[in-house]
Amino acid sequence: MNRAIRLIRRRAISSIPVLLIVVVLTFLLLESASGDAVDAYLLSIGGGDATVAQSLRQAYGLDQSMLARLWLYVSSLAKLDLGWSVAFGRPVLDLILERLPNTLLLMGSATALSFGLGSALGIVAGAKPESIIDRALSTCSLILYAIPSFWLGLVLSIVFAVQLRWLPTSGIETIASGKAGLARAMDIARHLVLPVGALALIYMALFLRVMRSGMAEAWTLDFVLFARSKGLSRSRIVLRHVARNAMLPLVTMLGLQSAAMLGGSVVIESIFAIPGFGRLAQEAVSGRDAPLLMGIIVVSAVLVICVNLLVDLVYAALDPRVGASEPNS
Amino acid sequence: MRLLRDLVRTPEGAIGLGILAALVLVALFAPMLSAGDPLRIAGRALLPPFTDPAFPLGTDRLGRDVLAGILHGTRTSLAVGLAAALAAIAIGLCVGLTAGFAGGLVDEGLMRIVDAFQIVPSFLLALAFVSVIGASVPVVVLAIALGAWADPARLTRAQVLSIRERDYVASARVIGMHPAEIAFREILPNALPPVLALSAIIVAAAILTEAALSFLGLGDPNVVTWGSMIAEGRNILRSSPSLSIFPGIALVVTVVGVYLFSEGLTKALGGRRLEP
Repeated sequence: MNRAIRLIRRRAISSIPVLLIVVVLTFLLLESASGDAVDAYLLSIGGGDATVAQSLRQAYGLDQSMLARLWLYVSSLAKLDLGWSVAFGRPVLDLILERLPNTLLLMGSATALSFGLGSALGIVAGAKPESIIDRALSTCSLILYAIPSFWLGLVLSIVFAVQLRWLPTSGIETIASGKAGLARAMDIARHLVLPVGALALIYMALFLRVMRSGMAEAWTLDFVLFARSKGLSRSRIVLRHVARNAMLPLVTMLGLQSAAMLGGSVVIESIFAIPGFGRLAQEAVSGRDAPLLMGIIVVSAVLVICVNLLVDLVYAALDPRVGASEPNS
Repeated sequence: MRLLRDLVRTPEGAIGLGILAALVLVALFAPMLSAGDPLRIAGRALLPPFTDPAFPLGTDRLGRDVLAGILHGTRTSLAVGLAAALAAIAIGLCVGLTAGFAGGLVDEGLMRIVDAFQIVPSFLLALAFVSVIGASVPVVVLAIALGAWADPARLTRAQVLSIRERDYVASARVIGMHPAEIAFREILPNALPPVLALSAIIVAAAILTEAALSFLGLGDPNVVTWGSMIAEGRNILRSSPSLSIFPGIALVVTVVGVYLFSEGLTKALGGRRLEP
């Protein structure tokens, strides 16, 4: 337990400078856009004269120098204040917190499904490298992994929602259905089948490949040879010795992929009209809402840091060799 | 040349190389295969596929030839994918080499920047970048490269750190070779192969990112891309799903070709590695 706390503390301290770099670089990027939030706002309400713009800029602090505003942003960020969304007219943090659960539900189910299926199929493929089953699974996973998630989502919705009419095409739940409790949960689950399926199929292919190659490598290691020479049964060697060791890179992969998955949510949520984090990012872009976009990038970076910390904790629990004394790099 | 022979000997490499060669030919000769602007109105709108020999894959809502769009889209996809990967590898090599050789504070600072780029979802970064600067092909290339250079940078640095401790580098130092010469003649050539093996994966990811960006309407509006064709077809998905399906198949074939090529390359490189 002590080890876990030390790990968390060290990670939190080393994350602060990285997060600060993210904030500064994003700020500079959005700063280089032509026009500021006041221009966007005036455009959205149909224009206004120069004095209105001037007073608005003063009110939002936009008339100050860039460094002063960067300092203002960072210091208000420390107080968990992410600023004010121009397009929605609401605090950025409220908007993000409102949308985040949908995305976490989507990502969480897709990750769990793809991790479970992918590692199971990876064990099947890696149990006998270069066999027919292995070749078939490897080929299928290669093709699957080449499919863009948004296109797979569209194809799935053509087949299952438009042609077969088994599942709803869009949304997170039936609007104004008045459902509550279990009925509402079932409704949300029905809406999530296609988007989760599209994401999970692609990531399943990735986990399958990582698991399979890890197992193919483990077969040549000394302890596996030793287990075979002891005359242990094949299934026991596969599960207890080979698969167990191939599991560690899979856990690492989970952390590495979290950023890609969060980015992938933008297109999937836009296809299935799920009011989540990724769709919010697209709305921020189309609404030219710099503070919102900035908040989204910062929050996604924090999320990725948290997922990686979680993965490290799991890793430390799985592999006792991961000590608290390793240098942080 | 030997590498090419080794590559073709693996089944993955042979198929991958075949697919990529065919795509490159299509990209080069697209103006001859289908003359004229692929964005022009060529015939009756919403012609179903496989009905008119003049438009084998049919036409879209505005009467544009789908086959012409797919042929010309090959150019955009390959060009953006290759250019973005090239830029990402170049930035990654520079940063990785600098960090690996300089060490100390420079290394620490550069690696924290690499960390920062790795924890921001690269698609969000590309989205923000394109929306701020404005959509055009060079901006899309740069946006994709910005999200992709961190991995090669980290790999290059790790390679440099491990190679500079090898015996042959030590002996080069002993015989009085200039540090710059050691860096470029002894370390860089040996650090390159794994980074190059990674580059195929970066090309594939870049092609998929470009498609996703133009699917969301953030691609260059003046060139035809597979992503924008899929997005166009999406509006009339119920009546003519083929408009979205064909460009998607082209995307999948391209990315599968790149993956197979990369697997073949890794195998061919792995078989040649002589040092322990």
